[in-house]
Amino acid sequence: MAKYLLSVKNLRTSFFTSAGEVKAVDDISFNLEKGKVLGIVGESGSGKSVTAYSIMRILSNPGKIVSGKILFNGEDLVLANEFAMRKIRGNKISIIFQDPMTSLNPVYTIGNQLLEAILLHTDNDKVKAKARAIELLTLVGVNEPEKRLKQYPYEFSGGMRQRVMIAMALACEPDILIADEPTTALDVTIQAQILELMQSIQKKMGMAIILITHDLGVVANMCDEILVMYAGKVAERGTAKEIFYNPHHEYTKGLLNSIPNLEEEHKKLTPIEGNPIDLLNMPSGCSFSPRCSKCMKICLEEFPPEQRINEEHIASCWINVKNKAEENAVIDENCTVCFNNNKDKLHDDKVRGKIL
Amino acid sequence: MSKALLEVKELKQYFPISTGLFKTINLKAVDGISFSIEHGETLGLVGESGCGKSTVGRALIQLYKVTGGQIFFEGNEINAKNIKDYRKVMAMVFQDPYSSLDPRMTVGDIIGEPLDIHKTYKSKQNRRDRIQQLMEIVGLSNEHANRYPHEFSGGQRQRIGIARALALNPKFIICDEPVSALDVSIQAQIINMFEELQESLNLAYLFIAHDLSVVKHISKRIAVMYMGKIVELASSDELINSPLHPYTVSLLSAVPVPDPNIAKTKKRIVLQGDIPSPMNMPSGCPFRTRCPKATEICAKELPLLREMSQGHTVACHNID
Repeated sequence: MAKYLLSVKNLRTSFFTSAGEVKAVDDISFNLEKGKVLGIVGESGSGKSVTAYSIMRILSNPGKIVSGKILFNGEDLVLANEFAMRKIRGNKISIIFQDPMTSLNPVYTIGNQLLEAILLHTDNDKVKAKARAIELLTLVGVNEPEKRLKQYPYEFSGGMRQRVMIAMALACEPDILIADEPTTALDVTIQAQILELMQSIQKKMGMAIILITHDLGVVANMCDEILVMYAGKVAERGTAKEIFYNPHHEYTKGLLNSIPNLEEEHKKLTPIEGNPIDLLNMPSGCSFSPRCSKCMKICLEEFPPEQRINEEHIASCWINVKNKAEENAVIDENCTVCFNNNKDKLHDDKVRGKIL
Repeated sequence: MSKALLEVKELKQYFPISTGLFKTINLKAVDGISFSIEHGETLGLVGESGCGKSTVGRALIQLYKVTGGQIFFEGNEINAKNIKDYRKVMAMVFQDPYSSLDPRMTVGDIIGEPLDIHKTYKSKQNRRDRIQQLMEIVGLSNEHANRYPHEFSGGQRQRIGIARALALNPKFIICDEPVSALDVSIQAQIINMFEELQESLNLAYLFIAHDLSVVKHISKRIAVMYMGKIVELASSDELINSPLHPYTVSLLSAVPVPDPNIAKTKKRIVLQGDIPSPMNMPSGCPFRTRCPKATEICAKELPLLREMSQGHTVACHNID
C-alpha cells in the first residue's frame, strides 16, 4: 500500500496550439497525505488549475498529459481508461470550481443536479438519494433544504451556490476534494463562511483537500503544505510554516513582500518587477530569471535543480546551491535577457553586493 | 468657500426597476451618503459587492443621472450642465483593464482621446509629445504607442488606463477597483505607482476596493459602505485598530492574514447569512439581519451617523 494517497510524479501537461506547444505544467511532482490540506499558489497562467484538471483528467482539447504519473491509491490515473475514470471522478476525487455562477446548470433544479451525483455513484434508490441530498444540504448549512431542492440556481446567492457545489462534491464522501479557487468570486465575509465550512467538513469527514488559490491569506489559514508554482514549474514546496517564515525561492519571497498586510504599519510595498511570463516564449534557464532581482549568470543558462532545504522543504533556485552561487555571482553586464540590466534602479550595487 | 477639494452631500442614486406592467420600484443603490476629500488625500471606500461603492464613483463623475444630493468641487456645485468642464479635473480608472480599453484603438489614441475631446493641444506634435510624456510617467516605453491593447498584459493595460486618466492633469481620480483584476505580484507595482503619482502630482483619490488590506495600505481615511449607506468613516489606522460598527468588525476579522501563526490564533467572527436584496430592504438598520448585536430598536429605526471621536463617525444604535 502506498504511503501517500496521491502522488504526482514528473507530470507534464501541454496545450498544442497553432502558435506552438504551451507547456502549462512542466515536470511537477508532489505528494498528498491522507487528511491533509495541500495549497497550490501561483499567479494566473502558472499551471495551478491545469494540474487539477490533469488529476481529474478533464483537460479539454488541445490539452494533453505528455508524460508523468499520477498515482492514486497505487493506480496510475494517467493510464486509466475513461470507464475507470468515471468511477473515480465525483466518487473518489471530486472538484469544486471557481465560479459558482457558471458551474451549475441553470435549467435543472438544485435537487436534480445533486441527485445525479448520488444516483450515479451509489446503489441508493431515489427516495434514499433524496434523503441523502437533504442531509448534505443541511451539512453545508443551507436552510430549508427540502424547499431548496426544488429551486433553480438563479434563486441562490453566490455563497449559497458554492455551498451547493460543495455538497455535490461531498456526495460520495471522496478521499480527495480539489477546490479550484473556491472563494475567489465571493466577498470576504462569504469567503470566511465557506472556508470555515470546508475546515469543519474536513475535520468531520477526514478527506484530503487540494486548495488552489492565488490568495496567500487563504493558504495561511487553511493549508498544512504549500506548493508554489511559477510558469508551470514548482518553485518551492514545503510545510506552511516553512514557506511563510523560511522562503528559499526569490519568487516566494517577492510574493510575500508584495502583499499589503492589515496588521503592519504602512511601508512601501516591494513588488516583483517585470511582467508575467509568456508561456509561448519561455526564457532558457530559470523561468523566473527575467524578473528576479538576484539573477545570476547560471540562472539564464540552466534550470535550477530541486534543492532540499530541510526535511519539510524543497526549493528550486540556484541561490541555494552554494558553490554555484559563488561561481556565478557576477552578473553579465552585456546580458540583454536579464531584467536587471534593463532596469537601472534594480541594477544598483546593493543587489550585486549581496550576491558577491 | 470650503477647503475641501470635493464635497458630497446626501448623494442619492436610485435605479427604477419595473416589477410589473405599470409598476416600478426604486432600487436604492446609493442612499444619502456624504463625505469630503481634501487636496492630495486618499479616501478609501470599502464594502461587499452590491453595496453601491462603484455607483458612488460613477455618480460623482455623472455617468448616471443623479437622483438627489449635491456634489461640490472646490466649492462649486457640479451638475449635468457643467460636468464636461469638471471631467477635465476629475478622471476615472476602471476595474477591468480588459474591457475598459477599446480593442480597435492604438494605445496612443486611447491615451490621446481625452486630449482630442477637450481639444487641449495646439499641434499634432504637441499631442504626440503629451502622449509620450504620459506613457513615460506610467512606465511604458515610447514604442508601445502604436500597438493595440491585446498585446499587453493586465498590469500594463492598467498602466494605459492610468495614463489616460492623467491626460488632462486632473486633481482628483476615482479609482474603481483598479487592482482587483491583477495578480498579486503586479498589484504591488500598480499600488506603488498610485502612491508615487500622488506625491509628485498632488492627486486626490477616491479608492474603491473590496480588499481591506489594499485600501488600508493606500488610504488616509476609510469609509465602509453597507447597502447604499456609509456605516463607518474614520482615519485608516483608527478604523483598522479600533473599529466600532459590528459590520466593520466582522469585515476585518474575515480578512485572511497571510501568516500561518497569526491565522491560527486570530478569532474570526463569521457573519451568518447573505446580504439582503436591495429590492427588499429590511426595516430600520439594513445590517440588523446579519448583526450579532442587533436589538429591538434596530428593527424600528434607521441609525444615523454619529461622531464618536474626532473624525470617527459611525451609524449604529448600540455603541456608546
